Amino acid sequence: MSAPLAERRTPSGLVAGTIAFSSVDGPGNRFVVFLQGCNFDCVACHNPHTIPGRAAIDGDHQGPQRLRVPDLLHQIGRAAPFIRGITVSGGEATLQAGFVEALFRAVKEDPALAALTCFIDSNGAADPMTWDRLAPLTDGVMVDLKSFDPEIHHRLTGQGNADVLASIRHLHHLRRLHEVRLLLLAGWNDDPALIRRTGEWLATVDPTMRVKVIGFRLHGARPHDPPLVEPTAGRLQEAAAILRATAPFDIAVI
Amino acid sequence: MQELVERARTVVQDGALGYDQKVRRLAALATEAIPYPTLSEDCRQALDARVICDLYEGHAPYTARYILPDYDLALRQGLRFLELDPPQDLDDALAFLQIMYAHVPSVTTYPVYLGDLDKLLERFVPADMTDEQLDRTLRRFWIGIDRMVPDAFAHLDVGPHDGRVVRSIFRVERSLRQAVPNITLKVDPAVTPDDLIEDGVRTVFETGKPHFVNHPMMVADHGERYAAVSCYNSLKIGGGAHTLVRLNLKEAALRHHGTSEEFMAAALPHWVELTAELTEARIRSLVEEQRFFETHWLANEGLIDLHRFSAMFGIFGLAECVNRLMALDGKDHGGAGRYGHDLDADVLAMRVVERVAELVAARPMPYCEGGQGRCYLHSQGGIDLDDHVTAGTRIPVGDEPDLLQHITTCAPHHEHFAAGISDIFHVDETAVRNPGAMVDIIKGALDQGMRDFTFNLADNEFVRITGYLVRKRDLAQIAGQHAVRHTSDQLAAGSENAYHLTERTVQRVGCHERTPR
Ligand code: SF4
Repeated sequence: MSAPLAERRTPSGLVAGTIAFSSVDGPGNRFVVFLQGCNFDCVACHNPHTIPGRAAIDGDHQGPQRLRVPDLLHQIGRAAPFIRGITVSGGEATLQAGFVEALFRAVKEDPALAALTCFIDSNGAADPMTWDRLAPLTDGVMVDLKSFDPEIHHRLTGQGNADVLASIRHLHHLRRLHEVRLLLLAGWNDDPALIRRTGEWLATVDPTMRVKVIGFRLHGARPHDPPLVEPTAGRLQEAAAILRATAPFDIAVI
Repeated sequence: MQELVERARTVVQDGALGYDQKVRRLAALATEAIPYPTLSEDCRQALDARVICDLYEGHAPYTARYILPDYDLALRQGLRFLELDPPQDLDDALAFLQIMYAHVPSVTTYPVYLGDLDKLLERFVPADMTDEQLDRTLRRFWIGIDRMVPDAFAHLDVGPHDGRVVRSIFRVERSLRQAVPNITLKVDPAVTPDDLIEDGVRTVFETGKPHFVNHPMMVADHGERYAAVSCYNSLKIGGGAHTLVRLNLKEAALRHHGTSEEFMAAALPHWVELTAELTEARIRSLVEEQRFFETHWLANEGLIDLHRFSAMFGIFGLAECVNRLMALDGKDHGGAGRYGHDLDADVLAMRVVERVAELVAARPMPYCEGGQGRCYLHSQGGIDLDDHVTAGTRIPVGDEPDLLQHITTCAPHHEHFAAGISDIFHVDETAVRNPGAMVDIIKGALDQGMRDFTFNLADNEFVRITGYLVRKRDLAQIAGQHAVRHTSDQLAAGSENAYHLTERTVQRVGCHERTPR
């Protein structure tokens, strides 16, 4: 028997995993969908199993699954009374923009789920057309800025940062920029002068934006030579102070 | 008699007990020289085998176990017995309460209920008093409670309405970080602002308190005048519970050799009746023999009323009971078919609870008008002598499924436990940066029919051993045999040794009543 028409029309997504409750992926408690696949290859990636060709570090991931929107809606429905919304993360969610769009639309159209907000956690490497397409269904986007310096960005991710900077500006313009996240890796992207330049540029986009300064944590990242180093708490506070001196950002340090 | 002497000697020579603690334990021992209320042979045997348990309250109860004085009435009419006039200002009111606390009886000698403090005090806060002045005043009072009522079962309630006093209480709590008093925030989604719940959540991050209770659900069961006291005991203000007798479902199941159907049909009615018999005997002893309600000044001055009392029927060890019944039915699938992890097991757990509720509701009980002539059902948190049996209706420590599964497994049980239920949920420390996430979970849990919601953080200085709090450093001290200030820490050390409660991976544990021996 063939699947019902509505189901055949919904695209499927390659999903690396889901978490019913997360307090670190946007406002309030959220259901998170981790999509498989990424266009970056970050040295400090915490989800290396979501990058094609990289094995899981923990070994407890079951490998990506092809899921349809109704499969996910069922899972989200169980969590719905306890969450403020859903977040699609990755990997890089926008690589499966069609699926994200279908999922968000289904959530907004389901009377039991319509109150949930839909967020995207992105590395920013998406073109403006993708954001234009997702914006009507998306309540907010959290963008990682791995480095403001294109050269360092390349060393950290294997790609340049022009798309990322353009995404930040464009999302602000679309009123969909929820926050910018700076993941600091000791000795790579935590130089005070670079932080200041980053702050100055972010201020040209929005001097009051939410900025999250996040210290890289070794747990979950793959081995690297020479070994990657977690920044000290003092170093993170210093970075936050430099940013604060640049503009009245809403800053959180993690 | 020889045993009594030996036990008395152990108490007086115990280096981990303070002077007051020794006095209280000796008093408890003394009532054991009085013959126990008359019981049937079956009931006696079940009690001796600890299938049913009187929490070692002693042979001749001379105070009700949980007393919730009507402090509001006391503040308005004054106290004849204590020769106190109604207070005129905030300082008077705080002194009045502090004096009164010293005279409210309970089985531990410390009051289990300190009042709905925000409601009691709000009218005394002068409009021109600054928040700092209010904090300083309450801070002194708070230190007084902790030092003079050093028992983590001493419990006060706040909410569901926002106000200056409740906000000040949370600030003082976060700055003092004391184990006492225990606190419950009454939450009514219609009147409690999210921001107040969030303030409560931030306070939990610092001190492990407050608990959150489902106000509309409590009001439906007990009326507006109710409070959560001790740990997770929801009872009527101006009333309380004569006693708490509990049925060990694990032991009941171990004595059963048929199917789960037969357990429901024959075994449960048998054990429930024996528990009820013991409860009735203890109530009659308190009310008819010791004539507590005819003699105590709280009753004489109308601050408690026998008609607002009932007794608590506690159950515990549901997890082990269900797992054994699954095995007897041949459905345990080598251990996979267990409570919290298997739909059939969860359904069976629900049926056991429903059956107990039905049996308790069918058993009339004297002097229990507060519960329409029946006991209140209570999911009991355990005491320090319990060994290898899970508190109440909880999923065993360390075996809890993920938070969503945990909540959805426990939620359907809550409606049956009018006198409280002590599931405790565990969250990792990422929540600290996003208290709004906990607000979402709490509101969701209440919306799904949970009566009580308590959560603990992974690495808090406070450990919730079973509903009351102890500080980790106090626990370490007991191991070293130094006297500690709080009586409930003694229970915690026992609980901990019996069940390794602090060894759990992320989190904490649940409710608890008192240490018996
Ligand atoms: S963008 Fe994110 S998911 Fe992709 S490689 Fe970098 S850290 Fe990993």
